[in-house]
Amino acid sequence: MPTSIPTNKNAATVVVKRKRRFNILYSKKAAPYIFVSPFILSFLILSLYPFISAVNMSFQRVLPGQVEYIGTANYSRVFNPTFYTALQNTTIYVIFTVIILTLLPMVFAIFLNHRLMKFTNFFRASIFIPALTSVIVAGTIFRMIFGDSEAAFANQVLQFIGLNPVEWRYNAWSAMFLMVFLASWRWMGVNILYFLAALQNVNNDLYEAADIDGANAWQKFKNVTFPAIKPVVIFLTTITMINGFRMFEESFVFFETSSPGNIGLTVVGYIYQEGIQRNDMGFGAAVGIVLLGIIFVISVIQLYATGAFKKDD
Amino acid sequence: MMEKKKVVKEKTISVLLIVLFSIVALISLFPVIALVVAALSPASDLMRIGLTSQLFFSSWDFQNFEAIFGSEGTRYWRWYVNSLIISGILIILSLFFSSMVGYALALYDFKGKRFIFVLVLLILMIPFEILMLPLFRMMMSFQLIDSYFAVMLPLIVAPVAVFFFRQYSLGLPKELMESARVDGCTEFGIFFKVMAPLMLPSFAAMAILQGLSSWNNFLWPLLVLRSNDMFTLPVGLATLLTPYGNNYQILFAGSVLSIVPIIILFLFFQRFFIAGLTSGGVKG
Repeated sequence: MPTSIPTNKNAATVVVKRKRRFNILYSKKAAPYIFVSPFILSFLILSLYPFISAVNMSFQRVLPGQVEYIGTANYSRVFNPTFYTALQNTTIYVIFTVIILTLLPMVFAIFLNHRLMKFTNFFRASIFIPALTSVIVAGTIFRMIFGDSEAAFANQVLQFIGLNPVEWRYNAWSAMFLMVFLASWRWMGVNILYFLAALQNVNNDLYEAADIDGANAWQKFKNVTFPAIKPVVIFLTTITMINGFRMFEESFVFFETSSPGNIGLTVVGYIYQEGIQRNDMGFGAAVGIVLLGIIFVISVIQLYATGAFKKDD
Repeated sequence: MMEKKKVVKEKTISVLLIVLFSIVALISLFPVIALVVAALSPASDLMRIGLTSQLFFSSWDFQNFEAIFGSEGTRYWRWYVNSLIISGILIILSLFFSSMVGYALALYDFKGKRFIFVLVLLILMIPFEILMLPLFRMMMSFQLIDSYFAVMLPLIVAPVAVFFFRQYSLGLPKELMESARVDGCTEFGIFFKVMAPLMLPSFAAMAILQGLSSWNNFLWPLLVLRSNDMFTLPVGLATLLTPYGNNYQILFAGSVLSIVPIIILFLFFQRFFIAGLTSGGVKG
C-alpha cells in the first residue's frame, strides 16, 4: 500500500523502518476509521442497543429476575387519564415555550440591532446571565420569589397593583406559568444571540433599496429581515419543541415528583414515575416510544410546513 | 422643520427602546440578585414565607455561609468535589473523542462517512429520555449504579460536540496534512501535533459547553446515583429543597456557591462561552 512516500532520503529510511512495524499508523485509509471508532462504539452501545432494548422492553413486563412478553398490553395501558394529563401539560408547555422563545428573542434582537439602540452590550449581557444558572438553582430562587404566602415577593407585587395573592404551586394555570417562565427566563438571552448572529448577515443595501421604494417597517421586515433570519426561526422552533417534550427538571424543581392533581406532571416525569419509582420499566419504555412517535410526527410536519425539505441542494 | 421633527422622533424611539430593555434586563437580573439576597438572609424564614421585599432592605449576615463552611457543610463540599471530578473528566474525555470524530468526518474521504454523519444528526434529534430506562437497566446489570462512570458514560461522545468539531475542521487547511505526511508524520501525529492545535478555539467552546451541561446535568445523575456521598451538586441541592428539611442554610448559600465556577469560566472565556452555548446552530 503506497500511502505516504517521503521525498527526504533520511526520513525515508526512518519511515520505512517504522512502517514495517506500525503500518496502520501511516495508513490514510485506516486512520479515519480509527478516528471515528469512539463514535461508532458509543452509537452501538449507548444509542442503538438502548433504542432496540427500549422497543423490546415496551412489549415486556420487566420484573427483577423475570421478564415476560405481554404483547401490546403496555401500549393499551399508556392511553390512560394520567398520561393524557401529562401529555396535555407537556403540549401546553411546548406551545408556550416555542412561541415565547422564538418570537420574543426575534423582536428583542431586531430592537437591539436597531441603529437608535444604546447600551446594546450591557443589555445583551444582562439578558444572557440567566443561562449560567442550573434549573435547580434557578428554580430554588423562583420558588422563593413565587412563594405561596402573601408576604412572598410576587404576591406582594400582585397586592400592590390591587390583585389577590396566588398560591402559585397549587393552581394549574400558575403552575404552568412558573414552568414556562423559568424556561423562558433561562433561554431568552441565548436565543437572542442566535438572532443577533443571523442579523449580521442581512445586506444593508437591501434596506436602502427598500427605503428608496418607499417600503414601510413591516414590508422591510417581511421582505428583507425575515428571509435572513428564517433558518434561525426554523432551528429554534425545532430545538425548543424537542426540549419542551423532554421537559422534566422545570417541573421537578417546583413539585419534586408529585404535584396536586398532577398539574406539574410531564411526559418524561410520567416515565420517571412509572419506570423508576414504580419500577414498571416496560410500561415506562412504552410511554417513551409513544413520546418519540409524537416528536417525530410533529418534527416532520413542522419541517414540511417551514419548507425545510424543499431546498435540496 | 422636517429635520427637527425627525430628530425628536428618533430621540423618542431611542428612549422607548432603552425603557423597554431596562425592564427586560431587570426581569433577567432580579432572580440572580434575589439569589444573593436569599443567601444572606435567615434561611428557615425564607423557606417558610418565601422571599419578601423587606429582605432586600434588612440587615444581611453571613450565617448561611458560616454554616456551609462549618461542619454542617461537609456533605455539600462532597457534592462539590463529585461535580468537579465528573465535569473535569468528562470535559477531557469528550473533547478528546468528539474532536477526533469530527475531524475525521471533515477532513478524510472514506466509505460510510456520509452515513456516520447522518447518524450523528439522528442522535442529536432523539431525546436521551427515551433511552434512559434501558441505559439505567444496563448500568444495573453491570453493577455500575452509584459510580462516577455511570454518570459520565452517556456523555463521553457528545453528538453536539462531534457536529461542532466537524464544522470547525471543514475550515482547516488540508495542505498542512499533506505536507506533514511528506515529512513522515503518522496520521495520528498529524491530528495531535499539526491539526488539533489549529482547532484550539473550538476546543475552548466545547470545553465550556460540555462543562456546563455536565455541571448542570440532573435527570441521569438522579437516576444512577444512590448514596448521598456520590451526589452531584444539582442532585444534592434538590434533596434539600423539601418542605420537611432542616438544611436550608446549606441550600441557599450552596446555590450561590454552585454558580461560582461557571461565572469564573464565563468571565475568562466569554467569547468561547457564547460560541459554545450557541454551537447547535452552526450551519453547513
